[in-house]
Amino acid sequence: MTLPLLLQHLANALALGSLYALIAIGYTMVYGILRLINFAHGDVFMLGAYVAFYCVALFLLPWWASFVIAIVVTALMGVLLERVAYRPLRDSPKISVMISAIGASFLIENVAVVLFGGRPKGVAVPDILNVKLTLGAVSVMSVSLVIPICTFALLAVLLWVVGKTRTGMAMRAVSTDLDAARLQAIDVNRIISFTFGSGSLLASFGGILWSYKYPQLNPLMGVMPGLKCFIAAVIGGIGNIQGAVLGGFLLGAIELLTIAFLPTLTGYRDAFAFVLLIVVLLVKPSGLLGSRQVEKV
Amino acid sequence: MLKVEQLSVHYGGIHALQGIGLEVPDGAIVSLIGANGAGKSTALRSIVGLVKPSGGSISWNGERLTGLATKDIVSRGVCLVPEGRHVFPNLTVDENLTLGAYSRRDRAGIAADREKVFGFFPRLEERAKQKAGTLSGGEQQMLAVGRALMTRPKILMMDEPSLGLAPLVVKMIFGIVRAINQEGVTVLLIEQNARAALEIADHAYVLETGRITLQGSGKELLAHDGVRRAYLGEADPVA
Repeated sequence: MTLPLLLQHLANALALGSLYALIAIGYTMVYGILRLINFAHGDVFMLGAYVAFYCVALFLLPWWASFVIAIVVTALMGVLLERVAYRPLRDSPKISVMISAIGASFLIENVAVVLFGGRPKGVAVPDILNVKLTLGAVSVMSVSLVIPICTFALLAVLLWVVGKTRTGMAMRAVSTDLDAARLQAIDVNRIISFTFGSGSLLASFGGILWSYKYPQLNPLMGVMPGLKCFIAAVIGGIGNIQGAVLGGFLLGAIELLTIAFLPTLTGYRDAFAFVLLIVVLLVKPSGLLGSRQVEKV
Repeated sequence: MLKVEQLSVHYGGIHALQGIGLEVPDGAIVSLIGANGAGKSTALRSIVGLVKPSGGSISWNGERLTGLATKDIVSRGVCLVPEGRHVFPNLTVDENLTLGAYSRRDRAGIAADREKVFGFFPRLEERAKQKAGTLSGGEQQMLAVGRALMTRPKILMMDEPSLGLAPLVVKMIFGIVRAINQEGVTVLLIEQNARAALEIADHAYVLETGRITLQGSGKELLAHDGVRRAYLGEADPVA
């Protein structure tokens, strides 16, 4: 393999990894707060892409306006999802909530098939993201560079919110001890809504960028990325935001580089994530950056 | 005044509290003693709304608390230091204190209260930037009390503050309970250390398997034969 080709593969791996990271963060945030795997998260990702698509296709809005509207609308849908599918089951056994999550996922997918139609839709990629950048023998599309930049910017904002703001502090409190958080007069429901909202916002951000890089939509487009990003979150140590990002990049890199070096394995590309998951669970069950809480007596 | 009337709590089939009544007058220290499983923690958890009572009423200065969300009860100045401290281990000491003041907006008042807490517990100031999970048990209890004070409570309820702590630390905590009370904060205390709890109390109740069986001033109960036999028997005097 030549160096320019390797660089090109690396650029693609970075872009795919960034998209995985954006989705994985949502899984990890929700799990951190509610100990719930939000199986419908991949479908929220799909909704984001569709909302942006329809803003352009139906309402003829410019792509950037559609982008903003789509992430806001999708964030609100994430909040609504928690309200109707998870909150009523807050005090029920974990398994009930999990089943509700799976149900919500199927519901969204099938409603999407009915509303949007099952046939794939082509996305008009904004011109600015569709520029071929050439440096020597390496050429990448501008969208592949924009994606990692967006991801790191969003990650920085998120880490600031979680680490430095009052709301972030409350999020960390709710995630470790729900009752103790209530005793500080924290509005736990508000914090949970905020968590779902921001996780869904990141997922829709990822979904829209995904549709610019792989410009085709279908109602089940969130299923496989959703599964893989859940795996990315587990690999990184679920509940840990940096871990989710690390897991996302790892997954993107392994997937694309294996294909690059061993093209005969291309048909197995979706299997790599699961193999990696098994290996990590065997070697370090808490995930790469996960830690077990030690209780002091 | 905190007034609990005919309070009943069911956990599944278990009738944990069977219509208890108690009163905590403003400015008083009231203790609730009883064996493990008598329902002491359940009583306090119902008052702050963490447990939903199946009957009876709880009122605070005439206002009904039953049915309110915990955050609304706490912002009315009714505050609980839970059993086992429950500080946030992955947050720093400073952040734990900040969260105590979560519902407040008065920056100056919050800063003043933080100074006051550090005055009570200089150790916390030394460790302000440390994660609460790295503190010793005694320090965590200090932090739990400090965090509760940051809510600027009108009534401070404490669930087993001396549990598992060294006698010196227990003595310090009880000293601070007294100091807090002298500043006008009403105290409702649960303790397995019955002697210490009765010595400090203006009034005390004995709770047995979900019922109040005895009440009186701290002094009266200390001298009561039944109490001496059941709760003070082999206990080492601590306070």
